[in-house]
Amino acid sequence: MSYTPHTAADIRAMLAVIGAESVQQLIADIPSDVRLAGSLDVPAAMSEPELVRRLRELASSNLDVDSTLCFLGAGLYDHFTPAVVDALVSRGEFATAYTPYQPELSQGVLQAIYEYQSLIGLLTDMPLANASMYDAATGLAEACLMACEIAGRSVVAVSDAVHPRYRLVLETYLRTSDCALVTVPSQGGLTSSDAVRRAAEAGAACLAFQSPNFFGAVEDSEALIASLKVAKLLSVVAVDPVSLGLLEPPGSFGADIVVGEGQGLGVPMGFGGPLLGFFACRLEHQRRFPGRIVGATVDKEGRRGYTMTLRTREQDIRREKATSNICTNEALMALAATVHLCALGREGLRQVAGLCLQKSHYAAEQLCLKAGCTLAFDAPYFKEFAIRCPAPPERINEALAAQGIIGGYALGRDYSALSDCMLVCVTETKSRADIDRFVDATRQIVESL
Amino acid sequence: MAPEPLIFEQGSAGRRSARLPECDVPLRDVAGLLAGRRLRGRLDLPEVSELDVVRHFTRLSHMNYSIDTGIYPLGSCTMKYNPKVNEVCARLPGFARLHPLQPEATVQGALQVLFEVQTMLAQIAGMAAATVQPSAGAHGELLSLMIVREYHLSRGEPLRQVVLIPDSAHGTNPASAARCGFKVKAIPADARGLTDVAALARAAGPDTAAVMLTNPNTLGLFESDISQICRIVHDAGGLVYCDGANMNALLGLTRPGDMGFDVMHFNLHKTFSTPHGGGGPGCGAIAVGAGLEPFLPVPVVSRSSEGVYSLCYDRPQSVGAVHSFYGAFLVALRAYAYMLTLGPDGLRNVAEMAVLNANYVRTRLRGLFDIPQDRACMHEVVVSATRQKNENGVRALDISKRLMDYGIHPPTNYFPLIVPEALMIEPTETESKEALDVLCDALAAIARECSETPEVVKGAPHTTAVSRMDETAAVRNLDVRWRPAKD
Repeated sequence: MSYTPHTAADIRAMLAVIGAESVQQLIADIPSDVRLAGSLDVPAAMSEPELVRRLRELASSNLDVDSTLCFLGAGLYDHFTPAVVDALVSRGEFATAYTPYQPELSQGVLQAIYEYQSLIGLLTDMPLANASMYDAATGLAEACLMACEIAGRSVVAVSDAVHPRYRLVLETYLRTSDCALVTVPSQGGLTSSDAVRRAAEAGAACLAFQSPNFFGAVEDSEALIASLKVAKLLSVVAVDPVSLGLLEPPGSFGADIVVGEGQGLGVPMGFGGPLLGFFACRLEHQRRFPGRIVGATVDKEGRRGYTMTLRTREQDIRREKATSNICTNEALMALAATVHLCALGREGLRQVAGLCLQKSHYAAEQLCLKAGCTLAFDAPYFKEFAIRCPAPPERINEALAAQGIIGGYALGRDYSALSDCMLVCVTETKSRADIDRFVDATRQIVESL
Repeated sequence: MAPEPLIFEQGSAGRRSARLPECDVPLRDVAGLLAGRRLRGRLDLPEVSELDVVRHFTRLSHMNYSIDTGIYPLGSCTMKYNPKVNEVCARLPGFARLHPLQPEATVQGALQVLFEVQTMLAQIAGMAAATVQPSAGAHGELLSLMIVREYHLSRGEPLRQVVLIPDSAHGTNPASAARCGFKVKAIPADARGLTDVAALARAAGPDTAAVMLTNPNTLGLFESDISQICRIVHDAGGLVYCDGANMNALLGLTRPGDMGFDVMHFNLHKTFSTPHGGGGPGCGAIAVGAGLEPFLPVPVVSRSSEGVYSLCYDRPQSVGAVHSFYGAFLVALRAYAYMLTLGPDGLRNVAEMAVLNANYVRTRLRGLFDIPQDRACMHEVVVSATRQKNENGVRALDISKRLMDYGIHPPTNYFPLIVPEALMIEPTETESKEALDVLCDALAAIARECSETPEVVKGAPHTTAVSRMDETAAVRNLDVRWRPAKD
């Protein structure tokens, strides 16, 4: 099957206009010694029904979260998404448009990005948000590089309670710059004022921390940001946007740069991508800011409209002097988050956050009460919690899998001191009966091991 | 078209859309559960009904041009048709509803897709291996350069710190090189519009880390000296990177690996038909030759002799990671569906028809605009409005804007930088002869208008929802978010 519309007559007519004998003549610039002899070694073409059958087969060999009971979080979350999100995001006018370089033909996506920036600004209480980053990990890395630029220093400090994958990406990005990475230990599942002291001693430009952090614990962002200000370090905070339905945002505490993973706002988990990194900062940092920004302005008749702005930071104009190389970002995911937040609205987001809080606490309490688990940390948490298990988490998970349950994330993989701990995530998608089934199964497994 | 108020300016206090279930676990005091943390005060999200939301975003969509709306000849961007069946595939719950940290036994189908996409991309590149971890073309460039850097470091050559880049290159090339800590040196084009091989040979030396080359280049011309270029760079100890933005022209005809390139990136959101989404999501998959394979980011998807797929993190020479998980899986999945649909002959047909279409447009525009390199081109043609500028004071931007009044999205303008008043036209293979005729007829009409009624062109567009934006005011009166009224 093919998507080219050319008939044999079309090709003849077009070649006649061009004055060429054949298409081969048009590609004569490709030297014969680099021509591909024969065909590409890829599977033979399929018709649409064959393709769909093949993809359905592959899809059905996976166990999706609707066919099981999944308590995984660890950076990616199963939240309820209203049907209206995909219905609008699927519209070809949005999905099949390019970057809005021509504002006259792109007011739809430009206004949607402006609304997205506004929503991120409202959620995080920050004055300036960009049009998106690839994901939270690269957003955090860019934020730390930006902090080094602002501070004129070349050390980045990061709390070890930040998502291990984010830290790996940060480390990868920093290796190519002149910046060093200092990882400061958390205590009792939280980033402490001691971390700030260590970061300052290392001469860091910033301390990056996450709240809720990788263990699900809600950091005392207010105190951390305050001590960072005293120590004259910039604060880079990664947040879960859903938690901001209940918790005071880092912007209200004076955070310098706020980033995060927006996937929980209407973006499918999709086996890890595409995701949605959001990125916001204080106004005084606008010239060093990475990525696209849409601004409201007027057209020459004085009508309100939107356009990409502060463009002199970007790669197509500044080339090697650009603030970042980012170009294509996650516009359609940002649109999904915009529609999602509008559909949930003020009360809806509060309600989702409240359900996450209540249900995760119910699950933790039941696991402790009935399955011999204990909370790994005595810290407030939002929708995830680290729990110490009476049997190896890997073995519990294997036994749970046999009952169609995917348990929590085994923390020993990233934290050797937590090898008996599991990170359990409970969002609003889990009913009390789901949680009870999980607790019951865990109890039986623990008793039998 | 009537202007659409912001969603924040719509709705009414207390109005709701999505409903959630009541809490079915015993309710506990929120402040108690979050003791020691400050709870949120106000939260000024919109208060609208579901129909408000649907109408708002549907109206916004009507203010947007797209491939589904009409021909989109935006040079360098490969705005081809995005097949609908790929969207259906990407929405199958068995793909869309997978958590990336599930046990590998429960995601064998997804891992197989990743493995097979990478295998096919490596085959198309003529290279040893591929990864779909980068999220965009620029991200793929950055990852490629990270690999180049690690390669030289592994050989004890830390002083290779210069990346040579033709002056016709995309802005992301020098930006990615700088982001990766390299110094950038520009290489000029020669009279043929190709890389000046002599200048490149003079520039290549013991400080050369790599050359970044787009092939076909941004003039739409195949770099026919490519084998020699690769030899020169390799002899100097450097690596050669292929910017695959223009890979649409080469599918099944020739492979970067066979030309001598060491590493390349693909834009799955160009060549392999995944939707651009108004600026993403993309996927900037990269392919590498065997010598660079150890440096690929983790995890690497592998297949055992028993046909079991797994994610391998034990890669001591890996550069690290550039994504939270494994990259834009659902984008890679769409590309997978596309490649399976086309097969080897279909992929080659893509390149051939893309070349035919570009040359048809080139021939039809001859005499209307200056064409700096008026000979057979590959997938795109760059014309110049220098004549219109000199004779009528009409610039490339004006012509672009006027095209909107004819219902057509403009080409890329002012790029590549080496062509004055450039209009870069990439029709893509999915446009029919009739669609190309509509485009060429419109450009012919505008060329006439440039001499007969230049003011009409300079004032364009006249029929769009808004006219030209005051970009200066946008910067001077920076307004990047809505703010609630203070109360």
